[in-house]
Parts: sequence; structure tokens; C-alpha cells
Amino acid sequence: MKKALLPFAIAVVLVYSLLPFLWFVLASWKSPAQLTAIPPEIVPAFHWGFYRSALTTYGLPGYIRNSVIVATATTVVSVAIGTLAAYALTRFHFAWLRFYLVVLLCVSMFPQIAVAGPVWRILDALGWLNSYQGIVVAYISFSLPLAIWILATFFKELPYEIEEAALIDGCSRPQALRRVVLPLAAPGIFTAAILVFIYAWNEFFFALIVLTSPALQTLPVGIALFPGEYTMPWGELAAASTIATLPLIALTLFFQRRIIGGLSAGAVKG
Amino acid sequence: MKRSERAALWFVLPSVFLVGLFSIYPILESARLSFYRMILMLPWLGEKFVGLENYRDLATDPVALDSLAITLVFVGVSAALEVLAGLGMALLLNESFRARGLVRAAVLVPWAIPTVVSSQMWRYLFNDRYGLFNFLLFGRATERYLAPLADARLAPAAIVFADVWKTSSFAALIILAGLQTIPDELYEAAAVDGATAWQKFRRVTLPLLKPALLLALLFRTIDAFKVFDLVFVMTQGGPADATNVLQFYGYKKIFAEGMIGYGSAISVGVFCFSLVLSFFYIRLIGARVLEKGTAR
Repeated sequence: MKKALLPFAIAVVLVYSLLPFLWFVLASWKSPAQLTAIPPEIVPAFHWGFYRSALTTYGLPGYIRNSVIVATATTVVSVAIGTLAAYALTRFHFAWLRFYLVVLLCVSMFPQIAVAGPVWRILDALGWLNSYQGIVVAYISFSLPLAIWILATFFKELPYEIEEAALIDGCSRPQALRRVVLPLAAPGIFTAAILVFIYAWNEFFFALIVLTSPALQTLPVGIALFPGEYTMPWGELAAASTIATLPLIALTLFFQRRIIGGLSAGAVKG
Repeated sequence: MKRSERAALWFVLPSVFLVGLFSIYPILESARLSFYRMILMLPWLGEKFVGLENYRDLATDPVALDSLAITLVFVGVSAALEVLAGLGMALLLNESFRARGLVRAAVLVPWAIPTVVSSQMWRYLFNDRYGLFNFLLFGRATERYLAPLADARLAPAAIVFADVWKTSSFAALIILAGLQTIPDELYEAAAVDGATAWQKFRRVTLPLLKPALLLALLFRTIDAFKVFDLVFVMTQGGPADATNVLQFYGYKKIFAEGMIGYGSAISVGVFCFSLVLSFFYIRLIGARVLEKGTAR
């Protein structure tokens, strides 16, 4: 690439990646008159009214609480169960385990609609529609393959010798997992946890069909079904969207390297 | 069964149970239901076995056929654009410059935004009266302002654009990882031979990047096939079914209209497409992962 073009290319990528969302964030701080102004006013009046009404009249605190509970529970369960599975998948070599890995790979690619109807009926039969446990189990079926894949790529890199020594010294498999593998694999487990958390925080399809009661809905459902047919309350919507997104952007910027490593783990490193 | 095999079984059992109950069983159940006529609003019809009738209806349903065409065009165009945009970003991020970490972080921002939020954001930017899109195109000439999401020709393009914006950074990451495996010596050798920048790109970068590009394309194809959030928020499949992608059509049939049997036939169709794609994926990457994956 020509050196002279580099600053220009950087500028283009920055504007393309950041400007649209920045514009939306600015809208949350504008005054109602500024929102619809033509030509648009760039500098907002730093009016906090939209945040106040998003938090009070649009029920944002409830959505936030539900999202935190659902995403955290999904992460904890997926990573715990996924760690056990990934350990077995990288430490034992049986044909059926290999087949299981292929099945998991396929499952992670299923379109949600392929399973949505029957999943809804199972949850209905269990009385788990409109419940935290219902949405969490619906998520786990998709987040588990993701977690297992990421964890398996990390576990594979760990030296087997230390573990072997522990097993020869009379450690049981679960002890070896807990005392030797887990401490060494902590960074990988953490990476899997971040990615599953982001996945669960952003998920919309299952949340839409399982959580029909507003008291249990998560942020994506609340934001997608934001009330307002003819005139959208853009200011409040922008405020709610900013609140829903900031934790994720913070997480992404803070753990950039881990996320990039985790995303390309299943894909390229192989 | 050996002792170690039994141990392995115990380790994977919880995940097998959950994946089996909430992924594998539902697929089979969808397939079974697709042979029945079952309408939630007409419960007295019960579950009536109708053989292939749902599939016959599907093959002659103009909305379903349109939906398939719309989905294929959406997938093809957006996946191709995402890989192109991703390639551009990856080439930039592979250069060394001072603020590279910052630019890489900026590129990740669209990826981190929930799709529902980015969909609402694009609705705001595409607004027909005060959207930034219209202002950038037409300035103060408000009489010329377009309503992209209410126009059957522009709405699909708007959805594609929103998808490309959100996901090209993912393609960029995969391609960047591929770029970083190309040894510098090859570029040095090309420079000694007097190759221009374009020749280096064409003769060294592209051939060696082919696997990463293919992988990014496949990943994006599989994911674009599942598009739902963008359509639900931005257009509700409209205007005039112009953005009625398969996953949205299936959702509408099952959950809004209660056509369980017919909707299941759509689900099975979508599933078969994704199965074919996963087959290519496994051929491309799986074999490699498996060999090294289950061995240590």
C-alpha cells in the first residue's frame, strides 16, 4: 500500500466503523428540537431528559436486570459444562468423540428457525416459557457448541506431560482437571466466557419467542419492541441503545486481544 | 467399555444431554411436524398426517419462492461485500503504523453492538425526514429525501448495507489472521525481483490468502443465512415482502400465524441449506481441526 494513501485509508475505516453509532449516541444527548433539525446539529445540548425517561417510563432498569441475569447464567452454565466436554474431547481419542465434535460443529451453524417451534413446545410443556431458566436452556444449546469449540482449541495447546505426571502420581481425572488443567487454561476459559456473554447479551430470536412478558424481557427485545408506531421516540431509543451497548464496547476494547484470539481460535488456528 | 472410555462419557454427558434435548431432538421434531397439518388457531383439526402436502404447497407458494430468492440474493451479495470490505480492513490492519491498536479496536466496535441496536440505529439514519443518510445525499433539499425502508427496491439494499457494516469486521479478523501467516521473505524476494505493490498483492498475497478468504466467505454465508434481527426491526419483511427472508417467513408462519406444519416445512428447508453449507465448512476446516483436535 502506498504510504501516502495510508492516512486516508485509516480515516475512511475510522469514519465507516465509528460514525454511524456515534451519531446515534449523540442523538441521545440532543434536545427534542435538535433531533429533527435540518440541517442536523452535530453538537448536542447534553440534555439528559431522554436517559431519564428511558429509565423511568420505558422500563429500562428491568430489561437491564433481565439481560444481566440471563447472560451471566448462560455464561456460567455453558462454560462449566463446556469445560468438562472440551477436556474429554482433547484428552481422549475415541471415534465417537470425534463424531460428537462434528455434530457440535453442525449444531453451531443451525439457523434458529430450524429448532424454534419444538424448543418452544418443550419449554411450554415444562412451564418454562417466560422464565429465566427457559431462556437460559434455549441459549445453552447454541452457546455450548461455541464454548466447547473455543475451549477445545485452548486445551489442545496445553502440555500434556504435567497432567500425565499428575495422573501417574495417583491423581484422578477430575482432580487432574481441577488442579492442573484449569489453572493453566484459565485464560482460555475467560475468553470463552467473554464470547458467550456477548453472544447471550445480544441474542434476540429466542428471547422474542420465549419471553413474551415485558417483566422478563431482555434488552434486545425491549429495544426491538420499543413502543411508538408513527413517531418513534428516537431520543429515548438512542439512550436505551447506548446503555445496552456501552458495556459491550467497554468489554470489547478492554479484552480486544482475547476476543480476537477466541474468534479466530475455532476458525484459523485449528 | 474401558475405564477411560467411561470417564470420557461422564465428562461429555451433560453437554450431550443439553445439545440433544434442545438442538437435535427439535430438528427431528421439526422434520416430523412438517408431515402434519397443524394450525394453532384451529386446534380442533388436531395433528393430521398429510404426507408431503406441506412441501408441495411450499414449492408452489409464490411468497415462499420469492422469500428463497430474496434470501439467496441477500446471502450472496452481503457475504461477498463483507469479504471484500474485510479484506480491505485486514490489509490496512496488517500495515504497521502508530495508532494500529486503536484502529483495530474501532473496527471491532460494529461487531460488539447488538444487532437489534444497530438495526434501530440504521432506521434512525435512514429516516425519511431527518436521517443523516438523506442529509448527506441531498443536503437541505428535503423534497428529494428518500424513504429507503419503505421502498421495495431500496429496502433490500439497506438491509444488506446494515449487515455489511455490522459483520465485515469479523471477516477482517479471519483474513488478518491469514495475512499474518504469510512470511515476510516472500515479499522481500518479490521486491528483489522488482515487483510492484500490485504485483505483490496479486502474485503473493492473494494466492496464499485464498484459504482464509474462502473461510471468511463460508462463515459469512452461513451466518447471513440466519438473518432475522435486521429484518424484524428495520422492515418486518416489507415493504410488499421485499425483505421477507426465509428465517423471518418461517417465524411469521409458526409464531404469528400458528401454521405449525407448514412453518416446519420451511424450517426443514432452511435447515437443509445450512447443512449443505456446514458440509463444505467441515470439508474445508473440520478435517484439519479433527486430526489435531482429538489427538493431542
